[in-house]
Amino acid sequence: MTSFDVNVHYVTRVEGHGNIRVRVRDGQLEECRWEIPEAPRFFEAMIRGRAYHEAPPITSRICGICSIGHTLASIQGIENAIGFVPSEQTLLLRTLLKHGETVQSHILHACYLAAPDLVGAPSVVPLATSHREVVLRAVRLHRLANEWCDLIGGRTTHPIRAVVGGWTRLPTVEELRGLRQRISEALPDVEATVELFRALPFPAFERETEYLALRKPDEYAWYGGDIASTDGDVTPLPQYRSKVKEFIVPHSTAKRARGNRNSYAVGALARVNVNYDMLRPLAREAAEALGIRPVTCNPYLNTAAQVVEVAHVMEDSLDVIDRLLERGLREEGYAVQARPGTGVGGVEVPRGTLYHEYTVDAEGRITDANLIIPTGQNHQNIEDDLRALVPTLEGKSEEEITLAMEMLVRAYDPCISCSTHLLEVEFV
Amino acid sequence: MKPKVAIFDFGCCEGCQLQLVNLEEALLDLVGLVDVRQWREAMSEHADDYEIALVEGSITRESEIPRLEAIRRQAKVLVALGACAHTGGINAMKNHMPMERALDIVYGDKAGWFDTIPARPLSAYVPVDAAVPGCPVDRQELVEVVKALLMGVAPVLPTYPVCVECKMAENICVFDLGLTCMGPVTRAGCRARCPSNGNRCLGCRGLVPEPNANAHKEVLAEHGRTVEDILAEYRMFVSSAEVAQ
Repeated sequence: MTSFDVNVHYVTRVEGHGNIRVRVRDGQLEECRWEIPEAPRFFEAMIRGRAYHEAPPITSRICGICSIGHTLASIQGIENAIGFVPSEQTLLLRTLLKHGETVQSHILHACYLAAPDLVGAPSVVPLATSHREVVLRAVRLHRLANEWCDLIGGRTTHPIRAVVGGWTRLPTVEELRGLRQRISEALPDVEATVELFRALPFPAFERETEYLALRKPDEYAWYGGDIASTDGDVTPLPQYRSKVKEFIVPHSTAKRARGNRNSYAVGALARVNVNYDMLRPLAREAAEALGIRPVTCNPYLNTAAQVVEVAHVMEDSLDVIDRLLERGLREEGYAVQARPGTGVGGVEVPRGTLYHEYTVDAEGRITDANLIIPTGQNHQNIEDDLRALVPTLEGKSEEEITLAMEMLVRAYDPCISCSTHLLEVEFV
Repeated sequence: MKPKVAIFDFGCCEGCQLQLVNLEEALLDLVGLVDVRQWREAMSEHADDYEIALVEGSITRESEIPRLEAIRRQAKVLVALGACAHTGGINAMKNHMPMERALDIVYGDKAGWFDTIPARPLSAYVPVDAAVPGCPVDRQELVEVVKALLMGVAPVLPTYPVCVECKMAENICVFDLGLTCMGPVTRAGCRARCPSNGNRCLGCRGLVPEPNANAHKEVLAEHGRTVEDILAEYRMFVSSAEVAQ
């Protein structure tokens, strides 16, 4: 292999911007860094002193793509801190809202951002002409997911109705029935999407690592649960700090984390690896078609795992809606009696496990907050993957090396914004 | 010839660009009407000869100022997309505490590694030709603003408060539900989306021109809120300069 540098200057962000610096001399990897120069935004500081019920709408603004996940993790953390136990109806509706976000985010990443790589296009824009039916199918699923989140959450980005204590407004029975019918009618589009990705050539690259995801005894976990590792250990959510060890490096404003090893991964592939036995039938078929079984260590297949999860949450949502309709919707309000305390929320958002921990005082003010973002947990794993990937690119062309690295980072779906045009490679 | 458009972002959650994607099929129509020269969020294609720049996010670091100035020099029309670009948005909450304190809380003894300045809207550094307010921007309003720009017309924003739209939506007044609300001083245009969903207005669209802040404070005080509570309400989305007033 010749010598080359990969130097990305200010291209994208992870929940903002990510840079890659790789330096190879005479085939020797001298430097490999995944840098996050994202503008620091200080949410953990801004939230201090605010009333507890303000945490969800403020922290929702951390991420436009998974604002529903942040809202729900924040609500869960606050409710655990103040000692409030939500009703079954509230939890079912939260799951339904969460599922809508999963479809929205995964379709966006898999179909709009990752798929163009797999067919050799620079973006989805030319595909809108060359593969119009495929793009329109993705748009149909994306529209369904957004209208679904609008319906349940009041707004798909920065939801309005989901609050500490419950819901400010419920969907009507007719709306739920209508949503159920639309999801049911969209299943053929999901099956066609699985077929599409089955036919696309994912790069072959494997690196064994630790995968973490929430796990529950009776379902594929999205909202709460224990922290399960593919290394076999299980950690109760309130003890998350003993498992998720945060650290800071100078070339990154995003904090990183490690578990048992130098790094671990979270996200769709981690969840499918940890919760494979909990997948619903349609998703199990999709996983088999896409060649995913536990433990799959090809990070490029995270995109395929997202397609598996779309199948899972679409099917699961039919069941959630049936349970809501069976019970009948009840106006429960969202009044709470708050006591001071500390609580942890853990939610599986599109890119992995999201932790929100809060301490609330006797006045109902937040005195401390700790937020651990999925992409932050993946940073070290991405860097370790890049380190392992570079030697396998021996003999490839400059374009192929660039694409392989771009696609690797993109497969983690680190953020909508860093998913394209991530690298500018300088070959010397 | 199609107008050449580029989309940029600074410190923000990128939820406003996402509303462009969320236009769904209408985005495909829009892409047919304009020539998108760069949009990192969605494309690898890249060119610097744009005429209209849609800019999301607030300025939170010294290094971002020259980049914004370069965008301003190239663009004939610069549009602030969303609350962060328009008023400083939620990022500006950190302006109400000393920067060293914010750094210390988040990064501890490693604080010296990171650079940050108070969050400011784009207009603090360059002239801004138009704004789409809100957190996030309202998709319908976004389409209206883009249509106006494509026709070469200055987009017009409502100059009345959210309360007007809230009344038209026949909502029960949020104050009568026992909650505080920024509706009386916040610029309309969102069709009172939050009150219409049973919640309260957080003021994400910024203040209406010449807001009656004193009357608003009286209403808040009548409902048992302290001066500190009232300021806290304003500090969530209203720019720090406006809070000072």
